[in-house]
Amino acid sequence: MRYFSLSKAFMAILSRDLLLALRRRSEVVNPLLFFVIVVTLFPLAISPSQAVLQTLAPGIIWVAALLSTLLSLERMFRSDFEDGSLEQLLLSPCPPTVVVLAKVLAHWLVSGLPLLLIAPLLGVFLALPTAAIPTLLFTLALGTPVLSLVGAIGVALTVGLRRGGALLSLLVLPLYLPVLIFAANAVAASADGLAVTGQLYFLGGLLLLSCSLAPLAAAAALKISIH
Amino acid sequence: MWYWLHRFSSPAYFYRFAGKAIPWLAAITGLLLLAGLYGGLVLAPADYQQGDSYRIIFIHVPSAWMSLFIYMVMATAGGIGLIWHIKLAEVIAASSAPIGASFTFIALATGSLWGKPMWGTWWVWDARLTSELILLFLYFGVIALQSAGEDKRTASRASAILALVGVINIPIIHFSVEWWNTLHQGATVSKMDAPSIHTSMLVPLLIMAVACKFYYATSLLMRARAELLDREHNSHWIRDALKNHE
Amino acid sequence: MNNLAEFFHMGGYALYVWSAYGLATVVLGYNILAPLWRLRGLQRRLALRHAKNNGATP
Repeated sequence: MRYFSLSKAFMAILSRDLLLALRRRSEVVNPLLFFVIVVTLFPLAISPSQAVLQTLAPGIIWVAALLSTLLSLERMFRSDFEDGSLEQLLLSPCPPTVVVLAKVLAHWLVSGLPLLLIAPLLGVFLALPTAAIPTLLFTLALGTPVLSLVGAIGVALTVGLRRGGALLSLLVLPLYLPVLIFAANAVAASADGLAVTGQLYFLGGLLLLSCSLAPLAAAAALKISIH
Repeated sequence: MWYWLHRFSSPAYFYRFAGKAIPWLAAITGLLLLAGLYGGLVLAPADYQQGDSYRIIFIHVPSAWMSLFIYMVMATAGGIGLIWHIKLAEVIAASSAPIGASFTFIALATGSLWGKPMWGTWWVWDARLTSELILLFLYFGVIALQSAGEDKRTASRASAILALVGVINIPIIHFSVEWWNTLHQGATVSKMDAPSIHTSMLVPLLIMAVACKFYYATSLLMRARAELLDREHNSHWIRDALKNHE
Repeated sequence: MNNLAEFFHMGGYALYVWSAYGLATVVLGYNILAPLWRLRGLQRRLALRHAKNNGATP
């Protein structure tokens, strides 16, 4: 048996996915633009009043982040499934959980991280107090990886189906609720000048939990979908 | 014991056994329902605060209990099917989902019908109602995934994973919703729990709860039989079963 | 007679109480009838098919 390095396999899958994402830039940029456009719809639909926007801002930004993550989720496994490379990856000596983790990390780097970078701008759009912006970034940093991890389970379950898109949101959105509740609340609380460590701890806990369990579930789901 | 379990999980045996058990289960369900409804709607006195409107409790609370119970059964059966490749467990999980969703729907609708006279609105973002609504979404996800695939066994296995993920998430979702609710509603006393439940109300409530369990067993076996017949329509035991049926 | 009317009146909450029970009856009844119809339909269809198969191969 040949010597096989997990970290090498992990890095190989990660860099491959990042390279592919770089080649298909529109797929990366579109969910991000969607995020920005959805957020700008709200002042137009509700009211441009600073007071109103300020109370709604955490919820709007987080719901928009959820939806834009949903848009980019399918990319995680879909194209690899269609050209057969996913099957090859799963047949390789690399454990499927490592494949999933590498793909999730790649997904987060191209879809979660940009949200984090553009969120302060949106906070300004929605009159979020400056004091709340660091909290917004913290919640996004802790929360969006959870969205990618839990989303991976949903994509793995639906990747073999022809019309998986709408089904995916039905499966995944209810599972996103705890993240939404705690993250949006943390931002709102810090806008009111309250302590938010409790909420951030909880989000961190969710991240650890999903980090340890979601790859297992997603790997099992992938095996079923591929058969 | 193992022999018995093995025999029981064979589709042919189950099909025959369930066919014999269903009339008995249905009869017990009927009797318990009659007793529970008579006790709840006629014998139990009106509540001194809520008048007669509280009588919705006898269907609302057992349904809410069932909604969670059936989800657990569904996930357990799904897990067993996933690990040991037992067809019957997959069928049980698939047949449980619509019944569980029905109970969840009943719990929500009756909760809303109870809320209107008590709170003055049809819907309140009460922690329990919200959790129940999310549970309904989880059921919809499982049902949708089950009916999405062309191959029934693959679909069953996929929805079993989803159900297991849901089981881990239910306590987290429940906790989040409770926390969110206390934050936003402050000291609203949930009117759903009767302040001090009297024996004359508790007994019919428990009878109704048991009746719902038996109802579930009846409906589950009926659904499972139909599902088995559909999935196994090419195997030879079906031919014998149909011959006996004639 | 008066008792019965009172019973159906439910202390003024008749609409809510009876619609709650009516709704539950409809939903629970459907969960009994739907598998029954499905089973009947399947049994009929499969019996027909088996009969046809037996006819084709004597």
